Amino acid sequence: MTILYIMIPVAIILASFFVYIFLWAVKNEQFDDLETPAHKILIDDWKRKS
Amino acid sequence: MSASNAKTSNLIQVEYDDKIVRMFTMATIIWAAIAFLIGVFVAFQIAVWPLNFNTSWMTYGRLRPVHTNANIFAFAGNAIFAGIYHSSQRLLKTRMFSDFLGRVHFWGWQFVIVLAAITIPLGLTQGKEYAELEWPIDILVALVWVVFAINFFGTLLKRNEKHMYVSIWFYIATIITVAVLYIINAISLPVSFTKSYIVYAGIQDVLVQWWYGHNAVAFFLTTPFLGLMYYYLPKAINRPIFSYKLSILHFWSLIFIYIWAGPHHLLNTALPAWLQTLGVIFSVMLWAPSWGGTINGLLTIRGAWHLLRTEPIVKFFVAAITFYGMGTFEGPLLSVKSVNAIGHYTDWIIGHVHAGTLGWNGFLSFAMIYYIIPKMWKTELYSKKLANIHFWLGLLGILLYYLSMLAAGITQSLMWRAMDNNGNLVYPEFIETVIRIIPLFYFRAIGGLLFMVGFLLLFYNIYKTIKLSSHDLKDETVQISATPHTVSLSEHGHRRLEGMAATFTVLALIAILVGSVIEIAPTLSIKKYIKPENKVAAFTPLELEGRDIYIKEGCHNCHTQMIRPIHSEILRYGNASTIEESMYDRPSQWGSKRTGPDLARLGKKYPDLWHYMHMINPRSVIKESIMPGYPWLAKKKTDFFGLRKKISLLHKMGVPYAEKELTDADIIAEVQAYEIAESLKKQGVKEDIADKEIVALIAYLQALGQKGVQ
Repeated sequence: MTILYIMIPVAIILASFFVYIFLWAVKNEQFDDLETPAHKILIDDWKRKS
Repeated sequence: MSASNAKTSNLIQVEYDDKIVRMFTMATIIWAAIAFLIGVFVAFQIAVWPLNFNTSWMTYGRLRPVHTNANIFAFAGNAIFAGIYHSSQRLLKTRMFSDFLGRVHFWGWQFVIVLAAITIPLGLTQGKEYAELEWPIDILVALVWVVFAINFFGTLLKRNEKHMYVSIWFYIATIITVAVLYIINAISLPVSFTKSYIVYAGIQDVLVQWWYGHNAVAFFLTTPFLGLMYYYLPKAINRPIFSYKLSILHFWSLIFIYIWAGPHHLLNTALPAWLQTLGVIFSVMLWAPSWGGTINGLLTIRGAWHLLRTEPIVKFFVAAITFYGMGTFEGPLLSVKSVNAIGHYTDWIIGHVHAGTLGWNGFLSFAMIYYIIPKMWKTELYSKKLANIHFWLGLLGILLYYLSMLAAGITQSLMWRAMDNNGNLVYPEFIETVIRIIPLFYFRAIGGLLFMVGFLLLFYNIYKTIKLSSHDLKDETVQISATPHTVSLSEHGHRRLEGMAATFTVLALIAILVGSVIEIAPTLSIKKYIKPENKVAAFTPLELEGRDIYIKEGCHNCHTQMIRPIHSEILRYGNASTIEESMYDRPSQWGSKRTGPDLARLGKKYPDLWHYMHMINPRSVIKESIMPGYPWLAKKKTDFFGLRKKISLLHKMGVPYAEKELTDADIIAEVQAYEIAESLKKQGVKEDIADKEIVALIAYLQALGQKGVQ
């Protein structure tokens, strides 16, 4: 049961790491535009004309 | 660089690394064929016991982990990598960070698979589900994963697209979490190059094991596949995802909630009630984010449903997402304690898992393969018709598989608990409940066979497609409009450094976790929940050796050692198991499936001779038994000398062995073995078996449930 002393901190570290990435993503304008990203991936890049 | 500069887009040329995608795709297809074949074989083994061939490496106990590892790590693993290498380059608009690391990743991973395929049938196993690989291979897995992580995060940092699409988020979560889970669950101390003991004992071990086990499902079979779905589904039907907002919402909620759902594998056991409740709550909560993904996937097809008629790829996507939706509804349902009391340890769980793996992971991978192959080989799919037949055969196979297992599970469970008016078990003999469901084992195997035949059509179809392609396969070069995220592309040196720094942060995180765990884990003991008056005695050296043989032969794949506090179960097996009874078990043998009966209190139930005959040929004592025979145990010699090292290692890990046992472990074991062999001789066993493995195993089986306070 004392394994919880490891698992809870690990889960918390992991969770805080994800919170950190989430906050970074928000600050980095990753989630500012919730419309175009969905469309953008559909546009294939131009093949180079050789 | 100034912020304004960073925002201007400029046209640049990017050449994708398509070769690595082709390599991983081919590996996916080849390993899938092998993994499915073994799956069908082990399914038939349960229906037809002679298929175990009385041969050690051919028995179900050893092949079942080969099947699970091959499907999870070889088939699903390579599929994930193929998809990630293909889609990430296009989403991030850049070539992978390093071609070389990509190759190291590829060949390293295939090498691990080959090692697993050799060692597991040989009985070299840690005896933990989905974490069977012994410590040297575990280290290799971790290293290869780190190489993959560096390559991926390096690509992320040199991306030419500021915005990271939702698929990328799923990939990130996968890479980080799998590393943490895999490493923490695998920490063990080696006895030799091929044998180790896990640092966690008993209840600690089960907790870590299912924390890992459930999250292997979450972060190896769910998050990466959701990432793939978010890329390949829109691309295949040329429609944007239904709601990008929903995808972000369910991504973050999914990864936060999943990590604590593990205890639902331990409901109604000796695990403290509050932890069980915690597991139930988190599992039920998971329903919402899971269906976020399901709904988002299915609604993406709105307005394009007509494609179902003509495009087999769309069929595969729709079925895959539907199976995901059904599986993630059934999962929370099975996590409710009362439902779990019926479903746990039965074939219902096997059905549940296969609806997910065959339906969700299998069909999504097939859709992806049908999409990627013509693109990567610059040609058209050879036959849509064959792909169509593949779909229907596969779907029929899954339905047959799932329904037969659901029926088998519920039938057997109800028989286990059936009691008459006098409060006696209606089916006191376990074998009665097995015979009843054998026809369903056949149906399951046929379902699996159909699924595999469907896959062989894919195999043939892909072979023909590749033959159609020209041999000149240049990497795709495209013009992209770059939106650099931080600094301009000209600063190669600095950007490299920056890339490495961030990568190192991730690695440092992993290192910190590992370091702390290695240091802390062995020093901790199970104090709070162990009542001193209930403490049990440790296994004698011979019994310990027998236990290692039990694990080596994979007995835990069919037998549990956990009697739940359920009335019918106590009647059948004896008093409910306690935490203390497994306090020295490394790894614990609580188990997850009862193809045969629970063995927690097997000791002294039958005479030694019964066990001897049962191991040589189970049919000699239980006429209709479906258990494989283990005749080689009466021929193979027990490694008495190795016991010294084992006992002293376990002593260091806190198992209370006396001074004499430490110095003379082998002699003590030999004496005990001699006594058992002599008594067997008197009862008519002619062979000289004192130094054979079978005696050690009998000693262990007779000790089960006998170590507690009487």
